Amino acid sequence: MGVAVSLQNVRKAFGALRAIDGISLEIEEGEFFGLLGPNGAGKTTLISCLAGLARADAGKLSVMGFDVVGDYRETRRRLGIVPQELVFDPFFTVRETLRIQSGYFGVLRNDAWIDELLENLDLSQKADVNMRSLSGGMKRRVLIAQALVHKPQVIVLDEPTAGVDVELRQILWQFIRRLNREGHTVILTTHYLEEAESLCGRIAMLNRGRVVALDTTRNLLAENANRVLSMRLKNGNILPEALRSRSVLDQGHWVFRLDALEDIEPLLAAVRESAQVFEELQLLQTDLEDVFVRVMRGNDGIGKSDEKGATV
Amino acid sequence: MSGFGTLLHKEVLRFWKVGFQTIAAPVLTSLLYLLIFSSVLDTQTRINGIRYMSFLIPGLVMMSVLQNAFANSSSSLIQSKVTGSVIFVLLPPIGYIEFFMAYMTAAALRGVMVGFGVFAVTCGFSPLAFAAPGWIFVFFAMGGALMGAFGIVAGIWADKFDQLAGFQNFLIMPLTMLSGVFYSIHSLPAFWQKVSHFNPIFYMIDGFRYGFFGVSDAAPELSLVVGLASLFIVAALALLMLRSGYKLRY
Repeated sequence: MGVAVSLQNVRKAFGALRAIDGISLEIEEGEFFGLLGPNGAGKTTLISCLAGLARADAGKLSVMGFDVVGDYRETRRRLGIVPQELVFDPFFTVRETLRIQSGYFGVLRNDAWIDELLENLDLSQKADVNMRSLSGGMKRRVLIAQALVHKPQVIVLDEPTAGVDVELRQILWQFIRRLNREGHTVILTTHYLEEAESLCGRIAMLNRGRVVALDTTRNLLAENANRVLSMRLKNGNILPEALRSRSVLDQGHWVFRLDALEDIEPLLAAVRESAQVFEELQLLQTDLEDVFVRVMRGNDGIGKSDEKGATV
Repeated sequence: MSGFGTLLHKEVLRFWKVGFQTIAAPVLTSLLYLLIFSSVLDTQTRINGIRYMSFLIPGLVMMSVLQNAFANSSSSLIQSKVTGSVIFVLLPPIGYIEFFMAYMTAAALRGVMVGFGVFAVTCGFSPLAFAAPGWIFVFFAMGGALMGAFGIVAGIWADKFDQLAGFQNFLIMPLTMLSGVFYSIHSLPAFWQKVSHFNPIFYMIDGFRYGFFGVSDAAPELSLVVGLASLFIVAALALLMLRSGYKLRY
């Protein structure tokens, strides 16, 4: 498998604001890659540079081995971008919109694939309806279909599920997963971290225009594990004095942050020795949201000093 | 080149779908001009030996071509910029020359369609000659192309609808109204005659009219040269803007 997208030391500033401050990344063909970060982290600017909507001040961007500036026709043919903004052309029906978009990419007589897109995005009923009369969710589906109409090798989804109902999310992810299985590279930015956790094989976290974490989703979760043990004790919930300094009382539960699973046993032993009895005991797993918060805090320099910050 | 073909097709479809507003309305406006001006002036006035109503018809046809060609490319661009749908034409592999050619051709086509419409509804009112039909077609096409290209420049430059409206009301309207559509510049005081010679639209109207009557205020060859030079300058400006991504790609 080759490299689908390569970014080398990409920079882009708007006045004094460094929107992208030296990003280097390589995304392999066939990956399902997540691009996460708070608002203003540079995700959309990065996608815009890749798509040719913006021009990077410095650095090199390529798609399937082609340079996005020098070989822009080649890279744009291989890219399908679902923009964040809900935009549409009010003059046309859904089918016209898709035929026109297909023609722009030089794919004429594409009706079989257009029908398949309409089918898969549950738009068949709306094929001959004018864009203006579609609901927001339906317009979003058309945007997704527009991005896929020329069967791009690399699909970039910029927050495709923002403000979208559960049904469309499921339809969308089912379809995108299928395309990914068929070999399309998928790059996703989303604010729904559980989506990224379940979909993306690898994730880059961006903050202030820089990559602050880059790893497989599994490793990110494992490295930032920091498991949490939450307990409630019978007879007044009195925690032994010796353990108090290591715990925080949160809504009637004593909460312990553990660096490793081995730390659990001594803790339980200490509770037993003090002749206390558990009423409730819970071991909470880290999810991507915890990792995200920790990485961002670490990166902003306001987290605890012992926290692992960026892995890059 | 299928990017060009599709973009042209889309641009034509765009105005065709709202043809009542983009084609029928300007035709009606021109008809009203003809009826009002000629009913006031026709019996008394002859210009260059031509009956006023006959003189007016080619002017109105050309004015419609110019105004509608400009309106088409400029409004299409500003609309897609303001709504954000301009990305649909920025994401595909369409080169800046294709982009320019598609918008300009569609604009010229709308201008020519409206021009034909105006001609069709006005030609019955007064006898017309076709002294040099070749010139008619040349200026027809050149006028549409020139203002189509100018509309691209204005549409890219303007960030808001009111900026474009300002462009249209304070530049295009005065230039066309004062270009000799309604009068011969020889009837103007010497100073304003001189000023008129700096208005490229004057040459478009004058050269076009030459095709009908074989007489004009300026030599048709001069009008052709001025028209082509203007087209070249405006097209070069539009192409430079598109190539650099000015106000379209950031």
